[in-house]
Amino acid sequence: MTNPPIRLLLNAEPVEIHGLPVTTTLLAWLRGQRGLKGTKEGCAEGDCGACTVVVGALDATQGDALQLASVNACIQLLPTLDGKAVFTVEYLRALADGALHPVQKAMVEHHGSQCGFCTPGFVMSLWQLYERRPEDAPASPSSGGARCAGGCAGQQVCGPSAGQPGPQGQPPSRAEIASALTGNLCRCTGYRPILDAGEAMFAEPAVHLDRAAIRAALLALRQRRAAAALDYQAADAHCHLPRNLAQLLALRAQKPQATLVAGGTDVGLWVTKQFRELGDLIHTGAVAELQAMTTAADGGLRIGAAVSLNAAYAAIAGRYPELAELWERFASTPVRNAGTLGGNVANGSPIGDSMPPLIALGARVVLQSLRAERVLALEDFYLDYMKKDLAADEIVAAVEIPPRAQGLRFRTYKLSKRYDSDISAVCSAFALVLAPDGRIGAARIAFGGMAATPRRAAQAEAALRGRRWDEDALEQACAALAQDYRPLGDMRASAAYRQRAAANLLRRFYLETRQHAALPAEAVNVFADIADRTGLAGLANQA
Amino acid sequence: MNQPQEALLPAPPEISPESAGMPDAATKPRVLYSRSEAHESAHLHVSGSATYVDDMPELAGTLHAAIGMSAKAHARILAIDFTEVQAMPGVVGVLQAGDIPGSNDCGPILHDDPILADGVVKFVGQPMFAVVATSQEAARRAARKARVEYEELPAVLDIRAAKAAGELVVPPLVLVRGSPEEKLASAPHVLRGTWSVGGQEQFYLEGQISYAVPREDGCMQLWCSTQHPTEMQHLVAHCLQLASNQVVVEIRRMGGGFGGKESQSGIFACIAALAARRFGRPVKLRPDRDDDMMITGKRHDFVYDYAVGFDDTGRILAAKVEMAARAGFSTDLTPPVITRAVCHFDNAYYLGDADIRAFGCRTHTQSNTAFRGFGGPQGAIMMEYIIDSIARQLGMDALAVRRINFYGTTERNVTPYLQVVRDNIIGEMVDELVATSDYHARRAAIARFNAGSPVLKKGLALTPVKFGISFNVPHFNQAGALVHVYTDGSVLVSHGGTEMGQGLNTKVAQVVAHTLGVPLAQVRASAADTSKVANTSATAASTGSDLNGKAAEDAARQIRARLAAFAAPLLGGAAEDAARVRFADGAVALHGAQGACSLPFADVVAQAYLARVQLWSDGFYATPGLHWDARTLTGNPFYYYAYAAGVSEVLVDTLTGEWRLLRTDLLYDAGNSINPAIDIGQVEGGFIQGMGWLTSEELVWNREGRLTTHAPSTYKIPAIHDCPAEFRTRLFQRPNPQETVLRSKATGEPPLLLPFSVLMALRDAVSSVGGHRVQPPLRAPATPEAILDAVDAVRAGVTEAPGVTLHYERLA
Repeated sequence: MTNPPIRLLLNAEPVEIHGLPVTTTLLAWLRGQRGLKGTKEGCAEGDCGACTVVVGALDATQGDALQLASVNACIQLLPTLDGKAVFTVEYLRALADGALHPVQKAMVEHHGSQCGFCTPGFVMSLWQLYERRPEDAPASPSSGGARCAGGCAGQQVCGPSAGQPGPQGQPPSRAEIASALTGNLCRCTGYRPILDAGEAMFAEPAVHLDRAAIRAALLALRQRRAAAALDYQAADAHCHLPRNLAQLLALRAQKPQATLVAGGTDVGLWVTKQFRELGDLIHTGAVAELQAMTTAADGGLRIGAAVSLNAAYAAIAGRYPELAELWERFASTPVRNAGTLGGNVANGSPIGDSMPPLIALGARVVLQSLRAERVLALEDFYLDYMKKDLAADEIVAAVEIPPRAQGLRFRTYKLSKRYDSDISAVCSAFALVLAPDGRIGAARIAFGGMAATPRRAAQAEAALRGRRWDEDALEQACAALAQDYRPLGDMRASAAYRQRAAANLLRRFYLETRQHAALPAEAVNVFADIADRTGLAGLANQA
Repeated sequence: MNQPQEALLPAPPEISPESAGMPDAATKPRVLYSRSEAHESAHLHVSGSATYVDDMPELAGTLHAAIGMSAKAHARILAIDFTEVQAMPGVVGVLQAGDIPGSNDCGPILHDDPILADGVVKFVGQPMFAVVATSQEAARRAARKARVEYEELPAVLDIRAAKAAGELVVPPLVLVRGSPEEKLASAPHVLRGTWSVGGQEQFYLEGQISYAVPREDGCMQLWCSTQHPTEMQHLVAHCLQLASNQVVVEIRRMGGGFGGKESQSGIFACIAALAARRFGRPVKLRPDRDDDMMITGKRHDFVYDYAVGFDDTGRILAAKVEMAARAGFSTDLTPPVITRAVCHFDNAYYLGDADIRAFGCRTHTQSNTAFRGFGGPQGAIMMEYIIDSIARQLGMDALAVRRINFYGTTERNVTPYLQVVRDNIIGEMVDELVATSDYHARRAAIARFNAGSPVLKKGLALTPVKFGISFNVPHFNQAGALVHVYTDGSVLVSHGGTEMGQGLNTKVAQVVAHTLGVPLAQVRASAADTSKVANTSATAASTGSDLNGKAAEDAARQIRARLAAFAAPLLGGAAEDAARVRFADGAVALHGAQGACSLPFADVVAQAYLARVQLWSDGFYATPGLHWDARTLTGNPFYYYAYAAGVSEVLVDTLTGEWRLLRTDLLYDAGNSINPAIDIGQVEGGFIQGMGWLTSEELVWNREGRLTTHAPSTYKIPAIHDCPAEFRTRLFQRPNPQETVLRSKATGEPPLLLPFSVLMALRDAVSSVGGHRVQPPLRAPATPEAILDAVDAVRAGVTEAPGVTLHYERLA
């Protein structure tokens, strides 16, 4: 078949798309081609949430269950939505037979809109949360929200992803509502009434999405698709959607110049802000093998490159609950829904928030090509500013995170001007393994925002190794840290602040993890009570 | 015209709506006009069916414009090569300054604001040309292809450098009362210092946009996201050499304005209209967010030099300040902005003798403009910082120093600009807030917490607000309205104000519904339209409801009077009974000797039509009693003051400068609130917005003068977790002693000053590091970096000052 269309569900109706450029954004299509003007453009860079829509997809790792996720339509490239279901704000009244949906009703009654421009985005983020109504929840071993306790049987890792139900029988807490709204900016209300609406929406008589029907329609779409990679073509450019790893590697070898697109949360900006010519696109999101989370050979986690950041972090945090705060502060909920761990790692920005914790934990990156598979320590993957040890025919296939070491003291801290959805001025991760005699065995310290690449603090680590974890060792490590990095100053922070704060974060780490009179997070971190640290408390109890 | 308050107004309702549980019994309506009605468009907002300019169906043949911007802060344009631009797909043409038939100016006061740069560029981002193409994307892509040859000129990027060089957009404002120098010389205590506060991007969620459509006979119709349709009409008329009656500007709603669409929508309106005229086709101009932020002006950042003399009790004897504001490359609204800064330096305090000066400094950056508060916040916050410093100097609680300096009610009640403060309730409000917020107990608890917490420190502060309501320029304080009653009894009200989310249309509709005694659902507010209501003022200066509510009420009363005269005989009365005809609950009624007689409003209207009674009316209002001498900076510029107070408690990390707002209590003087929910929305929204200005929102220009924070990825307005977990807002509902519409008070701008309490609480927390013995040099915005700088400075200061208790010695 030549030139097949993109097929998706738009507000539950099947739609075929031909002839639009491969870089057409979902937002441009909704507003320009479909006349759906409820979805707004506020920034065209995934930072304001006025364009939030909900995307439904079948999760092959969960028995093709329908997963709903809020995403920013402004930076989603249309071809990457092939086989998925897109829901816009206009659909909510259709669901409620023309009346206001409970989410909408609660927003009206609690005065959650003023100018109204951000409102459809808030409504859609709330709707995604609404669709995890407590009565929908299957029995879940997790507690305290979407968190996996870690004891998964079998190969498949149970990392609940976005859109999964919370604990049974309880509507989301105010904290969970806030978490769902980290990607939505409102300049008018100050947010309090919107949080009130989020609580009140569950008090209304329920209005349900017919999940079974959507799932059936998506399965029907899948039936129609060819076994071969989709080759969508318009205006002399192709967008390839390989279905399996073999197809992806073959395409990569064949088209080393093509742009790989995973979640598109960065590539989208190349389109909307930079008008970069991307040439052909290869989308990794439909590759079944890259969606998998399995157990690595060393018993650690192996996370496929196309697993969403939210799902990946949930799984990692099951083993390393110290990541809770960083997870919540990594971009925003819709960006984490769309973005992938593999994409963040492969992009390799010096200010990406995945790399410091992964490097500190000793993560490895799995690179694949038709030729071979290579496994690198993650820190060795980054050669220089935006330069990676990645051949033209290679792809990042997975990230492997080793199992938790005995005696591990691990923390991650992020500094930025704002708690939610801000790029780090400094992102830090500290991992010490304390031997039974109290001496520091392994020391791995990694920073983002301090150098041209995410990088380890070799001299600070050396200052710690073999020492007792005491104040003298700390201060020597702080002094060494000043030699490890020569940060730049920019609009996020001055070089001097980065340098000072980096050392102070090491001091915070010390206060939290020293062997005697360690301070709880509440005593050293103003955000301690925001992020869900229930898992961390559990670990502390074990120790 | 202006009419006295009605004697038959129902008694004011007793309402104390709390943030928690707003829609419960506490806010249940007692009378129609003071009721937490939903925003008139709320059902449309939530459904995605509220139409903004970019959502309107485009007419066939619509073209799109994009702006080509300067890459240099100050340069002569030697040549621009458009060869590649013209070759791009979809390009229809390019427009430059020479293509403007009329005046190349969109300055609201002085004429120094070119629509398109003519020969010289004066900031990075200045529009130089416009590309018109068949799609927005095509126009944007093509605009980047121009090759510009510049000859660079020296650029002034710093406020102090501009001030030192005498680069001012208007002569300095100087207000001197008494003998401040002598008083300073003899004062028991004197504090002198310098300080600074940053600017602020409006960050309306809906960016600037204009859609211009050529009409017959050279006329032009525009849909423009603007707070000032009349000014857009004038600017477009001047640009195209048209009469005002040839230009119509309409705006149904904006996705936020905050001052950023008062004058600065002009450039977009003019370019869209210019292109529409040139190509004879509809043209839409919607700049991308980055372009919007690069082109448009922001809140003025200020630097200050101050001196204050005070006695042992903390009472101010004299104050002196020089406030230098970044005007940017042109005048824009800087003169009234710095005038308001001068008139709000006192905030709620009697200053004794004063010397207040303000400078509008010309820099090669965006031309700064209106932003909610309009210089008032920049004036008042300097005084709060001074008061905070006085308290620390004397070892007193800042609240005590604030109280001792509050304006009196019968004496010490004359402002530096000679307006007498007649309606002062700040002392009473602060007493109430101190009690409801448990201020004193929490102050003690915080001291205990800080003594036991080596890294994290808490801070607490209560700050007051007194804000003058009216445009400082008396003639802007007028408004018109048009009320139509149709024969089915439904009502349409048009007024000169614009709806930008503040709930103006809802309030005006409530006023009209109340006046005509019909259900609110029967009243619809229409788009602001220069062809319906002429010569309007900007919807600004918090005056929207005061002015337009009064004008609409005036129109509705005229209709009501006609209907009453017509209905009196129908209801069994005589002609002279007209004054006793009552309009309420959708009925027209007369209590006569034979008891009550009542007819449905719609029936009376239908019959009145048949009897040829005029069922529509205009209305007009001019705020009484205002005068202002711009030369001496004296007069009675404000019809009344709105008061407020806030208490905030913060938690600061002294290792990183990170912080969090733990709790805020706000008390706001809304008069007889027309709509408590909307007013609380203004109070809370203004608070959070002002908190952003003072904390996370940082504008950074690089050495070349390029703004590097030009998108939400780099410019951080408050987000969901910045809303404090404990956020308690109450309205202090006492009828306005002035005869404002239904005795309400304005709520637009004053709440933006409430987060002064946050900044002062941060300073209090930082101060605790040095045992409150060292003045923390905390600048605003208080980013984590600014806070850590202040913490480190306090630590250094403590080290230098022997005998001071050091609370932070080692890592605990």
